[in-house]
Amino acid sequence: MKVLLSGDEAIARGAWEEGVKVASAYPGTPSTEILEALATMPGVYAQWSPNEKVALEVGIGASMAGVRVLVAMKHVGLNVAADPFMTLSYTGVGGGLVVVSADDPALYSSQNEQDNRHYARMAKVPMLEPSDSEECKRLMGEAYTISETFDTPVLFRITTRIAHGKGVVEVGERREVPSRGLKLDPAKWVMLPNFARDRHPLVEERLERLVSYGESLPDNRMEMREPQLGFITSGVAYQYVREAFPQASVLKLTLTYPLPRDKILEFASRVKRLFVVEELDPFLEEQVRALGLDVVGKRVFPRVGELSPELVRAGVDKDYRPTWISFSPIPPRPPTLCPGCPHRGVFVVLKRLKATVFGDIGCYTLGALPPLSTLHSCICMGAGVGMVHGADKAGEGGRKVAVIGDSTFYHSGITGLADIVYNDGVSTVVIMDNGTTAMTGKQGHPGTGVALQGRGRRIPLESLVKGLGVERVRVVDPYHLGTMEEVLKEEMEAREPSVVITRRPCTLITPGPIGTCRVDQELCIGCGICVKVGCIALAMVEEGGEKKARIAEHLCYGCGVCAQVCPKEAIGEVENG
Amino acid sequence: MVRGVTNLVFCGVGGQGVLLASEVAAQVALEAGLDVKKSEVHGMAQRGGSVFSHVRFGERVYSPVIPLGEGHMLVAFEELEALRYAPYLSNQARVMVNTLRVNPITVLSGEATYPRDPVGMLRSRFLHVEAVDALALAVEAGSPRAVNSVMLGLLSRYLPFDPRLWLSVLEARVPARAREINVRAFGLGRELFS
Ligand SMILES: Cc1ncc(C[n+]2csc(CCOP(=O)(O)OP(=O)(O)O)c2C)c(N)n1
Repeated sequence: MKVLLSGDEAIARGAWEEGVKVASAYPGTPSTEILEALATMPGVYAQWSPNEKVALEVGIGASMAGVRVLVAMKHVGLNVAADPFMTLSYTGVGGGLVVVSADDPALYSSQNEQDNRHYARMAKVPMLEPSDSEECKRLMGEAYTISETFDTPVLFRITTRIAHGKGVVEVGERREVPSRGLKLDPAKWVMLPNFARDRHPLVEERLERLVSYGESLPDNRMEMREPQLGFITSGVAYQYVREAFPQASVLKLTLTYPLPRDKILEFASRVKRLFVVEELDPFLEEQVRALGLDVVGKRVFPRVGELSPELVRAGVDKDYRPTWISFSPIPPRPPTLCPGCPHRGVFVVLKRLKATVFGDIGCYTLGALPPLSTLHSCICMGAGVGMVHGADKAGEGGRKVAVIGDSTFYHSGITGLADIVYNDGVSTVVIMDNGTTAMTGKQGHPGTGVALQGRGRRIPLESLVKGLGVERVRVVDPYHLGTMEEVLKEEMEAREPSVVITRRPCTLITPGPIGTCRVDQELCIGCGICVKVGCIALAMVEEGGEKKARIAEHLCYGCGVCAQVCPKEAIGEVENG
Repeated sequence: MVRGVTNLVFCGVGGQGVLLASEVAAQVALEAGLDVKKSEVHGMAQRGGSVFSHVRFGERVYSPVIPLGEGHMLVAFEELEALRYAPYLSNQARVMVNTLRVNPITVLSGEATYPRDPVGMLRSRFLHVEAVDALALAVEAGSPRAVNSVMLGLLSRYLPFDPRLWLSVLEARVPARAREINVRAFGLGRELFS
């Protein structure tokens, strides 16, 4: 049967058809939908782990126990999981193990646009790159074959366009793959220096065998058309090349590490001008050059952002001048905190207190944008907790806090908080507990007790932070600005570690409205203070030469945060009826 | 249409049902036996941000993204968003725009101003612009949430697929209790400008 699937769904389907029994991940755009899809398929145990390192370790354990495993993460997730990943290359696998890395060129939803193909090279692990949904599904078969034949994890690298693009996929049946059983083999699984030293040469040999494998792999495909123009390409860039130059010859690489050297040399000998087209870094280009070939690549194609059919055309043809219609100025429409978002009040108060806010990643990172503009750093998940302590030890005396989401805290805030306690810190950590992983679409996490396939066990936040040795733990409702201000002020002044939990469920979990607010047009003086809370339900509207605040009642959630900042008490709840 | 591939751009504001509408169009093309690709972005962009989806179908489709200047039709759920995605359209394109204005936060906070007459701007550059109050029609059909069915009904007039195919796909995608309303909304959209 033919169906329309996203790359993520196709990967899940492919893994399922290949008999995968265990799958683990931590959510992260654009990889999240892989596990969400797999979790609904029969015969698969699928789970969210607290972070990617644990997800991979769970995967390694399952593989060691003999079954086929899929582990998925966004590109920066592999940084977190890099420690097990590098040594997994040495141990190899039991049951086939595929690690999906979903990169995000153009940073649609990420803090950087790193190119994870380098991980394949650094870990000396084979890498497959699909160029559409059909390949996402089909190449899962190839991935498990390679993993089990060569005793290696396989890096399956996709990008946002592949993950969230959809295409036609022929779906099939599931093939049950029996467990290979647990085999205790210290020389393979215990990476003490003595054992690891013996594994390293095997890794090098494996790479050489994979080169030969790639030479004859049909998916490393030479498509000979006109010989004037030749392209070496892979992933979604292949589609752009085909779109831009349908008549050109193409070497379409699918096993993109290690590369098939002879095939590349042969292709080069059969075309006149040779281009390497790839997004982000010159990963293929540098290796092709190392073969002594003269190719054009990043000299004409950008290293940053995504490619497109136009960029491919423009790189090859200097006279190409595409035309299109555009209008300007067009006001940007950045994402914003939803009406009723419990994070909003926290920023309103921290702004009032003129605190320096060491931030983190989640919906609340939007607190950095105007008009709130009250989040002053964002590096990676968990970073704010370490940073506030670092700034304190550097002698920075002003008011400061770390803010971190609940899911992010379980992911990587715990160790940072342990550091503050252990090193006699005095910092305040605000945990914005909205009871979900909102940014990526409402996934559960250890604090919720909601597991991917149903019931899990909850780890309560208060006892966790108390267990870490924090004695000052306060829980506040972020809709109550006055209380929150008092508590935050006290805790920032306290000369010992403290945690303030701001607790309110995300409005995606409890879709409101819980009420509706209205601006009394008589009382409103048009000062505009309320619109500075940054809510799309509120606007300054001009009428009869006067600007006054107005609430779009169909958008209002009824949180009352704007009402609390109004100096004239002009905003009130509309009576039901 | 260029090399037998038809290019549709859908756009609007997060939460308006843009992705669902594009999903229906793509599924119709698939069930009509064509190759289909679709491209969109989830995640950060959906928190009230700008949302788009490209749908391409034909005998064989390569790029999931429509090359700039090659879109044949735009289905815009909001006026400002129609302006934003215009670069993907050819100057021969047909523009279908819902006459709704949703102020972005940048306008609400006074940093930017909403263009005075987006539909007029579109008309000045494109030959075929159809401005529709899809919300009014959706309400007439029975629910303000059926805006996307109105827009799909309108779009369906210009695509070579059997209306029965549209309806069967649409019915499969909406919850049972909303089926009748959406079928009605689709019909209202399809009858526009006829
Ligand atoms: C290492 C890593 N993994 C995953 C992500 C994707 N991601 C960004 S924020 C976030 C979680 C946000 O949840 P939470 O901390 O609860 O904040 P909320 O969005 O609910 O406000 C995730 C999964 C990431 N940026 N980095």
